[in-house]
Amino acid sequence: MAYKVPRPNLTFAEKIYLPSVLAGLKITLGHLWRMLRGKTHVCMQYPEEKWDSHLPDHYRGAPTLVSDEFGRTRCVACQLCEFICPPRAIRITPGEIPTDDTFAKVEKYPEQFQIDMIRCIYCGLCEEVCPEQAIFLKKEYAIARTSRAEMMHNKAKLIEMGGLQPGVVNKWNEKK
Amino acid sequence: MNAILQFLSDPLPFLVWTTLAKSAGLLGVVLVMVSYTVYAERRVSSLMQDRLGPNRTGFPTSLLGFGIKDWSPFLGGLGQPIADALKLLLKEDFTPAYVNKFYYWIAPGLGIGAAIISLAVIPFGSSIAGVDMVIANVDIGPLFVFAISSLGVYGIVLAGWSSNSKYPFLGAVRSTNQLISYELALGLSIVPLILIIGKLNLVEIVSYQVQNGWMLLPGITAKAPHLPTLEQFLTWIPVFIAFLVFTISMFAETNRLPFDLPEAETELVSGYHTEYSSLKFALFFLGEYTAMITGSALIVTLFLGGWHFPGIPDGSAAGWLGVMWGLVNIGVFLAKVVAFLIFFIFIRWTLPRFRYDQLMKLGWIWFFEIALVNIFITALIVTYVH
Repeated sequence: MAYKVPRPNLTFAEKIYLPSVLAGLKITLGHLWRMLRGKTHVCMQYPEEKWDSHLPDHYRGAPTLVSDEFGRTRCVACQLCEFICPPRAIRITPGEIPTDDTFAKVEKYPEQFQIDMIRCIYCGLCEEVCPEQAIFLKKEYAIARTSRAEMMHNKAKLIEMGGLQPGVVNKWNEKK
Repeated sequence: MNAILQFLSDPLPFLVWTTLAKSAGLLGVVLVMVSYTVYAERRVSSLMQDRLGPNRTGFPTSLLGFGIKDWSPFLGGLGQPIADALKLLLKEDFTPAYVNKFYYWIAPGLGIGAAIISLAVIPFGSSIAGVDMVIANVDIGPLFVFAISSLGVYGIVLAGWSSNSKYPFLGAVRSTNQLISYELALGLSIVPLILIIGKLNLVEIVSYQVQNGWMLLPGITAKAPHLPTLEQFLTWIPVFIAFLVFTISMFAETNRLPFDLPEAETELVSGYHTEYSSLKFALFFLGEYTAMITGSALIVTLFLGGWHFPGIPDGSAAGWLGVMWGLVNIGVFLAKVVAFLIFFIFIRWTLPRFRYDQLMKLGWIWFFEIALVNIFITALIVTYVH
């Protein structure tokens, strides 16, 4: 059955269309005027102004390696993050800790720890899987370099970015 | 040296070199205006939408040691037109294999050529050192503009047809359709003006307005501005109707929103120039904005007193004073044109596009009839006033 669409009964002012042109101009020029007086703050001038202080704690930026209160890298080179990493961005070369070391019972440490930031998808699975809470996604997000080699974060770079994060896992400390 | 000067001041060579100089000057000014109209369009539209628009590509003043920031939220980006032009020049000029090469290549030239040629009859200033500031002082001013600017549609039609692709073709068909619906109203709407003034020469139309008040604002004359008399008010009524019809038809003629059906992005990809790239696309772009400038210049000349502004004399005074006032007159004309261009931009970013049948209805049922009836009203009023 045919459905009859009810047509609105337009007034004369609506039919000649010009008043609505003026009404539209009033809205757009109002926006223009507020912008010109600097009353509207919508855009952020990116490199000069940043949103960094508003980032939540759970923000997933670049993955980094954190150190404990002794300045020791928490990573024990278990390679779980390497295995879970979906884009296979992480490459770890494990090394053995000598028996005369203070932390000899830890046994392994990462000799090399590389994260390819071209591959990394910032999913945070490495942080989630880490039993030692050694790898954390920090708030740095502007990872843009001029070469592929620079996009490869090595161990020194990751430790530098991670910084100190004491008091998370204490199982390797001396027994009190 | 003296012989050369003597030769240059002979009537015919004088006419030739002054005309060439005026053409080159006007072309330069118009091309700069076009590029900055594009910039203004981007900035104004973004400010209207609570954005900032291009504000980074400034002139590198800090490199020159002025210590000014190269960008600022509001005044930065003045170098954007240069960057845009460079980008368009350096892009790959791709000609699809399936196009009709000959027409595909001449279409952009037709588009911009028509827009630029019609500038020739517009008086863009009074006179400098006795030289009229109009390239061709002909007695068929508005007719010439209409004749040439209707040729501009061939650029669009040939582009759409030779592209051999469906969206450009639809754009071209729409353009033809739109043109024949609006050309009539455009031409008829200025007949009342010609009835009142009695001249078709644009220079004389402007000097009539200087003597008897602007067509749209009859109180503003070369003498002190005053309230319009009853006769002036009566003749103002048809002029105002003509102004409305003419301006709106001009929007359709220059393919601007709300009548940009030939290139409606949301419906036709980008209409008739979908298959064009690089400099050929740039020519269409230039042609479109030059047509806008021509349209604004024509409206200013016909309705808003051309180069005249109350209190500013024309350039007939002797010596450097006359030259200075002549230049000021050109400045006044350009300022009026710029004001109209900004109005064009305001309208574009305010109104949604008309539906196709609405456009046809507006052109054929409303404007055509209004313009026709307006002619008779004007005839009656002119008879009464005289």
